[in-house]
Amino acid sequence: MSKIILQIDEKKVEAREGMTILEAAHSVGIFIPTLCHHEKLEPYGACRICTVEVETHGRTNLIASCLYPVEQDLVVRTRSEKVDKTRKMILELMLAHAPDDPALQDLAKEYGADKNRFEKEPSFCILCGLCVRYCAEVKKKNAVGFVNRGIRREISFIPEIASKECLNCKECFSLCPTGALQAAFVLTEALAFPPPPSEPVPDE
Amino acid sequence: MRRINSPADLEGLRKDILSKRNRNKPCITLCSGTACHASGSEKVAAAIEQEIEKQGLKGEVDFRRTGCHGFCEKGPIAVIYPEEICYLQVMPEDISEITSRTLKEKKVVDRLLYVDPNTGEKATHESDIPFYKNQERLVFGPNRRIDPKSIEDYLAIGGYQALAKALFEMTPEQVIREVKGANLRGRGGAGFPAGMKWEAARNAPGETKYVIVNCDEGDPGAYMDRSLMEGNPHSVLEGLIIGAYAIGSHEGYIYVRQEYPLAVENVGIAIKQAEQCGFLGENILGSGFDFTIQMHRGAGAFVCGEETSLLMSLEGKAGEPRARPPYPATKGLWDKPTNINNVETWANIPFIINKGADFFTSIGTEGSKGTKIFSLVGKVNNTGLVEVPMGITLRDIIYKVGGGIPGGKKFKAVQTGGPSGGCIPEEHLDIEVDFDELAQVGAIMGSGGMIVMDEDTCMVDVARYFLAFLADESCGKCVPCREGIRQMLKILTNISEGKGKEGDIELLVELSETTRNASLCALGKTAPNPVLSTIRYFRDEYEAHIKEKRCPAYVCKELISYYIDPDTCQACMICLRKCPVEAIVGGKNQIHVIDQEKCIKCGTCFEVCPPRFGAVKKISGEPVPPPIPEEARTIIRKSKAK
Repeated sequence: MSKIILQIDEKKVEAREGMTILEAAHSVGIFIPTLCHHEKLEPYGACRICTVEVETHGRTNLIASCLYPVEQDLVVRTRSEKVDKTRKMILELMLAHAPDDPALQDLAKEYGADKNRFEKEPSFCILCGLCVRYCAEVKKKNAVGFVNRGIRREISFIPEIASKECLNCKECFSLCPTGALQAAFVLTEALAFPPPPSEPVPDE
Repeated sequence: MRRINSPADLEGLRKDILSKRNRNKPCITLCSGTACHASGSEKVAAAIEQEIEKQGLKGEVDFRRTGCHGFCEKGPIAVIYPEEICYLQVMPEDISEITSRTLKEKKVVDRLLYVDPNTGEKATHESDIPFYKNQERLVFGPNRRIDPKSIEDYLAIGGYQALAKALFEMTPEQVIREVKGANLRGRGGAGFPAGMKWEAARNAPGETKYVIVNCDEGDPGAYMDRSLMEGNPHSVLEGLIIGAYAIGSHEGYIYVRQEYPLAVENVGIAIKQAEQCGFLGENILGSGFDFTIQMHRGAGAFVCGEETSLLMSLEGKAGEPRARPPYPATKGLWDKPTNINNVETWANIPFIINKGADFFTSIGTEGSKGTKIFSLVGKVNNTGLVEVPMGITLRDIIYKVGGGIPGGKKFKAVQTGGPSGGCIPEEHLDIEVDFDELAQVGAIMGSGGMIVMDEDTCMVDVARYFLAFLADESCGKCVPCREGIRQMLKILTNISEGKGKEGDIELLVELSETTRNASLCALGKTAPNPVLSTIRYFRDEYEAHIKEKRCPAYVCKELISYYIDPDTCQACMICLRKCPVEAIVGGKNQIHVIDQEKCIKCGTCFEVCPPRFGAVKKISGEPVPPPIPEEARTIIRKSKAK
């Protein structure tokens, strides 16, 4: 593995090829906030709170540091006016779902985000996918997944699997950045109406 | 068809096909693209077959179903060769006359010709019709000359000669150099130079590489790629095989929408034919190059047109984008180097190889070469598919090719680039259409959607419509796209319902910035375009909605009212009878009055009120005048009063 030298917040950082900017930053103690990131899981890039500014080939771009591979001589700024403004708006969009969540509130304080900027949305879930990915990648059970797309996207437990697997596990609850409430609620909902065993699940 | 084993064999076969064809033999061709199909071309085709039989012309007249001609407004289109007489809006009952008069007696049926609405002049040939005259149909042109289900037809017009040339006269590097030299930019939307993409895929380490045709066309109102796939599938295959040779790929995929049944059918037939002829499979044309193609039918998600989502979908996963870098050129389908191009890009390749990069670059502007096919729709006289050289002005497309705005209405804006494109106003109609100029004015080329809007279009409503589309079609994975679109759509809906607030425009701009800067893929990055471009050019309309609760185009239902002017109402009872909710009070000789409580603002009364009365008025931003007192409603007719 060849070594790559890049610059993060005016600090020279040595990284291995294949590392992400987030990993490189954390390796030298530079903090970048994350919500959908988890060490045991594949990088996902959904919450975008880890957005940083990179300068490459003379151009400045905002990118998600959890997915962007390190490059030789890359210049990274983890805080800038643009980065902070973006994180503030992203937080405000998420606070519309989970206004009282402690993790979001801490970040909101840091970036001056107003939890009342947008009308309250009915779901707490910010769709970080930690529960979905943990269940699939670590537990290999796929008891919870995403349904629908666009603004109708939500998480859903598969009753047939959840009824067997979830009650003794619930490991995903503690991963939930918005306080486990949504996962618990959706699970209860799924288990409350399992389909009768005589009725086969229709095939696609 | 038999297997073809060498370029000489191919040329021999072409000559053989041509020698069996008599150029002077009458041939009637019928456009059988999807649009004409919807206008009844199948019934016309049946009538042609019957009539040829009935009038004893079997064997003396050829009949060919062709691909889309593009002038969809006037379909079904029939062209009679060798005179190339063009008949428009042909119905089954016209066929008897066409057969006896034109095919037998060589006379023209005047009533089926194109009539110029401005001059009243008739045009006998397609090339005389202004719609076609101002186009340059390099890629789309062959559609009308061939039956897409016949490989013989494609070979007859020189099909697969570019492939033979590439395989036997050029190295893969030379092919890439030619495509780079042509400066062919991707026709799918982003306009990235195809040659550079090919080179990156060729140079990427790895044995297995893939090439892919992106035919996941999802813009509302756009059907360029569909018509090429339906009308000339072999041109796309030929381009793909040449690309595979250049990149060093032996497996290709065609990703086509399942909801394009004719495209699926014709591509399937074309692949089989190409396999039989030895254009696909092992040792293509005896060159030693192997390549196979599989067709994958997409389930119709707009986001799958984005290349990384398309890859996910091909791999059998949910159609959600992956981050770039790594780019597909190095890590694409199943992590192998992959090159994806749009249908139209691939279809340009045989042309570039045959004619050379120099010829190709002689067409177009400094930064954008060649032609572009647009789907010209909306409030324009000649709707259809048009292929024009890069650098033509928007005004020429709309007025010369498109024939202007119907009904004497005023032009307001043209929306290019599909749901994530922008709206361009009158003041920029003279810009030269190319990738960079469109971006300059806040729009995008996109894959070639072009929607013309007239003065009756509300720009807030347009932005709301496109954001509603994107709210459904975003994959929903990342926060800036999903939540940004959600909030923008809410604000736009509020504004169009008269619930807009001071500061809404600024908030829309701020949301747009975040969505554009921080989204994962191009869908989110371009989603704010309809909002930003309408705010940029039509801010006054936003302000009228927010401050005066007025919709200047009289579109937003919550902000308009219908009102019957008592001075001009003739109590004719038409609107009263047509009102679907019985909201109109009145009677014979009783001036009609709309009950505003009951009115659902469907506009029926406005449409049916005879123009000579014009009594029904649309109002917005002002209170509805109080109804006239009941005792004053009786009309005393002069003739009867005496």
